[in-house]
Amino acid sequence: MSTITGHSELDAEPSGDKASTGRRGDRIFGGLATGSGIFVVVLVIAVGGFLLSQAVPALLKNDANFLFDRVWEVNDSGMRFGIPDLLYVTVVSSLMAMIIAVPIAVLVALFLTQYAPKRLASPAAYLVDLLAAVPSIVYGIWGFYVFRPYTTGFQDWLAEHFGWTVLLEGPVSLGTVFLASIVLAIMILPIITAISREVFAQTPSTHKEGALALGATRWEMIRTAVIPFGTPGVISASMLGLGRALGETVAVMIIVGTNPGIFRFSLFAGGETFASKIANNSAEFGSSSKVGAFIAAGLMLFILTFLVNAAARVIIERRKAFSE
Amino acid sequence: MKLPKHVALTSVALAGALALTACGSDNNSGEGDTGSDTGSSVSGTLNGEGSSAQKNAIDEAIASFSANNPDATVNYNATGSGDGVKNFIAKQVDFAGSDSALKDEAVDGVVETDQAAERCAGNPAWNLPLVAGPIAIAYNLPGVEGLTLDPTVLSEVMLGKIKNWNDPKIAALNEGVELPSTAISVFFRSDESGTTDNFQKYLSGSAPEAWTAEPSKVWPGTAGEGRTKSDGVAQGVKNVEGGITYVEWSYATDNQLGVAQIDNGAGAVELTGESAGKALAAAEVAGEGNDLKLSLDYATKEAGTYPIVMVTYEIVCSKGLDADKTTLVKSFLKHFASDETQGTLEEAGFAPIPAEIATKVNTAIDAIS
Repeated sequence: MSTITGHSELDAEPSGDKASTGRRGDRIFGGLATGSGIFVVVLVIAVGGFLLSQAVPALLKNDANFLFDRVWEVNDSGMRFGIPDLLYVTVVSSLMAMIIAVPIAVLVALFLTQYAPKRLASPAAYLVDLLAAVPSIVYGIWGFYVFRPYTTGFQDWLAEHFGWTVLLEGPVSLGTVFLASIVLAIMILPIITAISREVFAQTPSTHKEGALALGATRWEMIRTAVIPFGTPGVISASMLGLGRALGETVAVMIIVGTNPGIFRFSLFAGGETFASKIANNSAEFGSSSKVGAFIAAGLMLFILTFLVNAAARVIIERRKAFSE
Repeated sequence: MKLPKHVALTSVALAGALALTACGSDNNSGEGDTGSDTGSSVSGTLNGEGSSAQKNAIDEAIASFSANNPDATVNYNATGSGDGVKNFIAKQVDFAGSDSALKDEAVDGVVETDQAAERCAGNPAWNLPLVAGPIAIAYNLPGVEGLTLDPTVLSEVMLGKIKNWNDPKIAALNEGVELPSTAISVFFRSDESGTTDNFQKYLSGSAPEAWTAEPSKVWPGTAGEGRTKSDGVAQGVKNVEGGITYVEWSYATDNQLGVAQIDNGAGAVELTGESAGKALAAAEVAGEGNDLKLSLDYATKEAGTYPIVMVTYEIVCSKGLDADKTTLVKSFLKHFASDETQGTLEEAGFAPIPAEIATKVNTAIDAIS
C-alpha cells in the first residue's frame, strides 16, 4: 500500500539479502508456472476427449434423438436414449438453488464485511465455511430423512394455492426437485458467501469514505460503493456455486424420486439430473455401449458447465468496464 | 490381519494338531465327507465382488469363515452384479456374486460365458446358487395385516391400473379385511437392479396376461415414484400411507412394513424362510453338469410355496485358478453352503438353499480343481 521514497539500506546493497537466485531461479519458476498452466489445459482437453471417445460410439448406435427424445432405454437389445428430461431437471434444480442461495449469500457476505463487529465476523465466516466441509451424502440423508418432513406442509400449500403456475403444479411427490433445490442452495451457500466476502472486503476504503463523506447512509454507501465494486466477484462466485449445483450427484440421487414415462414441468415432480442418473446406474454398467450412453449424458453436463462459465466470463468482462 | 510369514508357517504346522478341535466346531453339517475340505484351516486372501442383494448373507458367511480360519481373509465388495462379473472376467477378483447367471448370448459381440471361460484358462465358469433371497411385497396400511394379493392383481397394482386400496379386485382376495380407500402409491427402484429383474420375471411368469413387459433390470411402469436402492424404496413406503413396493425381505422387516401374502392359486402363503425355500426346491437346473444355473417355476401352485424368490449365484472358475486360491475358494464355498451357515441366514432375511440344491452345490464345489 505504502510507497517508499528516498534512500534505504536495500538500495545500497541490492544483492546482499540473498534474495536473488540469478537467472536460473527465474527460469525454473517461470517454467513451473507455465507448465502448470499447460497441464490444466491439457487435462481439460483430455477429459473432453475421453468423454467424446466414449460417447460417440454409443451416440452412433442411438436410435432416438439424443437431444429431443424423452426415452432412456439402454439395454442389450437396443439403445434409445435422449436427454431433455435430464437437462430440464439439472438446469431447473440448479437455477432454483441459485435463486435461493445467491441473495442470502450476498447478504451474509455484506453482514460479515460491513456490519458485523470484527470480533464476530471471523468466527461467523468460519462457521459458514464449515458448511462446505459437510460431505454431500450427509446433505442428502439429512435432506430426505430429517428436513423433508418439515417441508411437506409448505409444498402442499404451494401446490394448492399456486398450482395454476406450471412450475408449482401438484400432486407433490415424495422426493421433489423443489426439496433438492433447497438442499442444493444450502450446499452452494458457503462457496458464494466466501468469495463474495473476499471481494466486498476489497472495496477501496476511499470509495466507501467518499460515499459516506457525501452524506450517504450505510445502506446507500453499500449500494453505491460496495455492491458495484463486488458485482463481478459475486458473479464469479455464483458461477462456481452453479457449477457445484449442476454437478451435484449423491445428494440429488438420495432426495429426488423418479417418474419415468410421465414428465411434468412441476418442481413438485421427481426427476433425475445428469450426474444423479449416472451415479444411480453405475453399479450395473455392463456393456461398453451402455457405459457410452451414460458418458454421453456426462458429456452434455460438461458442455453445459462450459457454456455457463463462458457466459459468466462475458458478463464479468462487460461489468468491469462500468465498475472501474 | 496380515501375519508375518513365520507365524503363518507355524500356524500351518499347528493346523494338524488343531485339526481335531477344528473338526469339532466346523463340521456339524452332517455330511461326513466334507471333513477333508473344511477340517483344517486354510490361509490366504480371496476377493469377491458383485451383487449387493447377497451382501448381508455373504458377510455373515465370511464372518463365521474367518472365525474358523483366522489366517484366511475373504473380501466381498458389493458393487453390483454387473461390476462383479466384469471384474471377475478382468481377473480383478477371484469370484463374482451375481443376481443372474452368466449370459450365453452375445452382447456387443461378446459372450459372457466365453469371456469367463477365457478368464479361467479355457475352463467353463460355474454358476453356483448359494443365496436365496425372497422378495417381499411391502406395504404401508395401518391396521391392515396379512394382506393377500395374487399375481394378476399385483401386476395391476404395480402398473397403476388399480388406484385405491379398497378396489373390488383387492377386496375379493381379502374377505373379512376392512380395506381403507387410501390411494395406492407405488414405489420402485430407480436404479437398475436384479431385484427389479427377478420381480418382473415372477410377474410375467405367473401372470403373463397382466404383465406384458419383457423383464429387465429397469422398471417399465410409469405409475408411482422411483427411488434409489432397496433402502430408498423401503423408506418411500414407510413415509407414505398407502405405499407398496417390492424389496428384499430384510428391508421390509427392518422398517416394520407390512408384508403381503401371495396367492399363486393354492391359497395365500405367508413369506417365511421355509415357504421361500420351497420355491427353490421346485426349481429346475438349467445349466449343464455342475453349472447350477436355476430356472424357477414362478407359476408354481404347490401349496405353502412363496413364489417370489431371487437366486444369487457365486460365479467361480471350475478350473484354472492357482492351487492356493483353489483350496481357498473350495473351502469358503463349502463353508457357505453348509447347513450351519445357511441356517444363520434366515435372520438376515434370506432363505436357506434346500437340501436337494445344497447337495448338488456340494458336488460341484468338490469338482472344482
